[in-house]
Amino acid sequence: MLYAILSIFLVAAVAPVVHRLTGRASGWVLALLPAALFVYFASFLPAVAGGESVRLAWQWMPGLDVQFSFLIDGLSLMFALLIAGIGVFVVSYAGRYLEAHRDLGRFYVLILSFMGSMLGLVLADNIILMFIFWELTSITSYLLIGFNHEQLKARKAALQGLIVTVGGGLALLAGLVLLGVASGSWELSEILAGEDSLHEHALYLPLVILILLGTFTKSAQFPFHFWLPNAMAAPTPVSAYLHSATMVKAGVYLMARLNPELGGTELWTWTLGLFGAVTMFTGAWMAIQSTEIKKLLAYSTVMALGTLTMLIGIGTPYAAMAGATFLLAHSLYKGALFMLAGSIDHGTGEKEVPNMGGLRHAMPLTAAFSVIAALSLAGLPPLFGFVGKELMLEAALGAPDALAVVLPLLALASAILVVAVAAIVGLRPFFGARREYKRTPHESPGAMLAGPAVLSVLGLVLGLFPALAQPLVAATAMSIHGADTGMELKLWHGINLPLGMSLLSLAAGLVIYRFWDSVRAGIGRIMVPVGRIAPERGYERFMDGLVWFSAFQTRVLQNGYLRTYVMVTMLTTVALVVGTFAVLGGFEVSVRFDDILIHEWVIVALVALAAMFVATTNSRLAAVASLGIVGFGMALIYVFFSAPDLGITQVLVETLTVILLVLVLFRLPGFLKFSNPLTRVRDVIASLAVGVTMTAVLMATLGVQYFPAISEYHIAESEPSAYGRNIVNVILVDFRALDTLGELFVLALAAVGVYAMIKFRAEDRKS
Amino acid sequence: MTAEPLLAILVGVLFATATYLMLRRSLVKLVIGLILLSNAANLLIFATSGLTRGAPPLIPEGMLTPDGVVADPLPQALILTAIVISFGVLAFAVVLIHRAYEVVGADDLDEMKDTDT
Repeated sequence: MLYAILSIFLVAAVAPVVHRLTGRASGWVLALLPAALFVYFASFLPAVAGGESVRLAWQWMPGLDVQFSFLIDGLSLMFALLIAGIGVFVVSYAGRYLEAHRDLGRFYVLILSFMGSMLGLVLADNIILMFIFWELTSITSYLLIGFNHEQLKARKAALQGLIVTVGGGLALLAGLVLLGVASGSWELSEILAGEDSLHEHALYLPLVILILLGTFTKSAQFPFHFWLPNAMAAPTPVSAYLHSATMVKAGVYLMARLNPELGGTELWTWTLGLFGAVTMFTGAWMAIQSTEIKKLLAYSTVMALGTLTMLIGIGTPYAAMAGATFLLAHSLYKGALFMLAGSIDHGTGEKEVPNMGGLRHAMPLTAAFSVIAALSLAGLPPLFGFVGKELMLEAALGAPDALAVVLPLLALASAILVVAVAAIVGLRPFFGARREYKRTPHESPGAMLAGPAVLSVLGLVLGLFPALAQPLVAATAMSIHGADTGMELKLWHGINLPLGMSLLSLAAGLVIYRFWDSVRAGIGRIMVPVGRIAPERGYERFMDGLVWFSAFQTRVLQNGYLRTYVMVTMLTTVALVVGTFAVLGGFEVSVRFDDILIHEWVIVALVALAAMFVATTNSRLAAVASLGIVGFGMALIYVFFSAPDLGITQVLVETLTVILLVLVLFRLPGFLKFSNPLTRVRDVIASLAVGVTMTAVLMATLGVQYFPAISEYHIAESEPSAYGRNIVNVILVDFRALDTLGELFVLALAAVGVYAMIKFRAEDRKS
Repeated sequence: MTAEPLLAILVGVLFATATYLMLRRSLVKLVIGLILLSNAANLLIFATSGLTRGAPPLIPEGMLTPDGVVADPLPQALILTAIVISFGVLAFAVVLIHRAYEVVGADDLDEMKDTDT
């Protein structure tokens, strides 16, 4: 398993080379890899259908409880098969669709990396491992949306998708950590098998909210749905793969995965049920207003994602079965429809549905597969989409409490709109009068038709013989529900309420289709005021605010004036120290001034006065002389208090400093008064605050000792071990010899710097 | 406790004057402020470890340990390092300022706030 996933990344790394060697056939060659993986995953099917789950683990970071562990049960196998299966067709499709694109090699790298990340996400058992793959899919999605990076629109859409999904990813990480803490395990299989329910745990509410923030952003749930239609700026194979069949379902996957552990509470049912239903309706409602074929499909994907979320929230065995069926059906027909939309674009150069018509003669195969897939989307018998839709309506009717009224109504409204959408994308381009196109319409090559053909026909076959899908769907439903649902897939459920709703939606949907142009115009007028408060405006406001804030803080904090930096640094220190004092309360100051000798008073007063004179004088000579007084005064203080070595060093350094200052400073102009009195008053106040704080810190810490001094060791061992009687010197050259070596390097570096600057100046003068 | 409170006040004075000088626009004042600041920091370390009069950390000849209580040698070693390092920094800064003055032609920090002057 580990090797299966790693192999994808390996192949991704060499994909450009493969592309260069094989040329036009590169799509097919690279598609061999997902095909092999599909077969490999399919080999787990018998075991998983029997209700088993397979767990494989490799150690990675045992100390952190992070390991390469993988879990294969119904849910992850369903996703893995979809990812690998649709991956085969997407890669081969891209080989022809992007044939003329100069960056096709790079495209393969990205799409294969995405495939590996997505497989890792759905198969991972360790939640940290899963999160890593989760973020990898966000990043590869960013790169793929922005694949045509020369277009401003693509770059903006890519960034928007990244910020929304990665922002949610941050919340998810926090949620997963809480989940790990609350359940005591970092393995999904152990969390799900845990005896204790997390429902009563104190962290239940925050962890559910955080995890749902992550899944809602990833799966484009309302109010985060806006990034998905914009992501259609990506090349069509990417839209078909990431933004319809796989990546956007990652959030749905995680909710389904955690449903047995976290679900069943009112919070979970109501949040998922309502947000899912609102997303479902929003998606369908927005779809009907769009004219670009990929946008139509994108919004109907939003609708499907909302439906899945709603079904997981409902939580009945029926809903679990409906979710599993709908998931499979949607991936089949939506993957096909996206690729067919790309075929139309490829064959005619047209993206706007209202400009299309009469293509059935020029593109007969595209037309046929489109009709089949669209029938599945609309949920008509005998397509697999019908099975999914019937189950979905039935599950919505079976929702608990008041949801049993709200959800079916929203589901019916969405179903009506989706029928219209299906007719718009499946019928409109191919029937009616022939239009003029930018290119002469022509049928797509085999590589581009293989995917839609297999996926749409599979939708028909599974609809006619639902028993074929039974093992996988039942195992998936079992993972979602946490127990066997004991249900069987059937095409015909008899005459019941869902069937009536289906028929109603069909009739109403076709009416909307008939009057689509005027409906769209009407809705457009209503939606103008709504557009102002749409969630996407919120995103734009947020981004504008972010830019404004960074400009503001750069202007204030990073303005290039050194003194502002000094001021901010010093005052922050003061604020933190004073804050600490305030929080910790009073400290004991037992200050006594009686044990001070007269010469100590004198020397300290001298140094203090000299320092103040340095700060206020306007004469450079006076400043340097006073600085000398400070320095030599310091040396005396060191000598008074038993530090003769320091005294000696200080005198030496002070002498050199004065010489250096006298030599260099007098080549500079005299002091000028730059500042006005007000600034100086402000600076005096700030400086006083710093000085008082430092004095207070020192006073507060006098007489406090938390640990025994390590110098006891130095004093005791100086003569016996190091054979030195000046303990300070022994510390410098023996106990802490490496520090001293480092110090020597610093000094050498400074010396080299000084030398270089003097030498370059001389050379400048020569030239 | 001996003269620590007194030194605490001196540390405050040195920090205050150093900060004030570093807030000036003149480059030379900035350097002088740096010198005062390193003195202040050294004195801070020196005073926190406690002061001892007339007992340097030396071991008399023929003995293995000092005679009685001596001043803590470790802070002294640290300060010794700090004094030398700050001198290195100072030498570098002074030459750098001199060079900057030659290039920019001004002693005013505000003239140097852009990277392309």
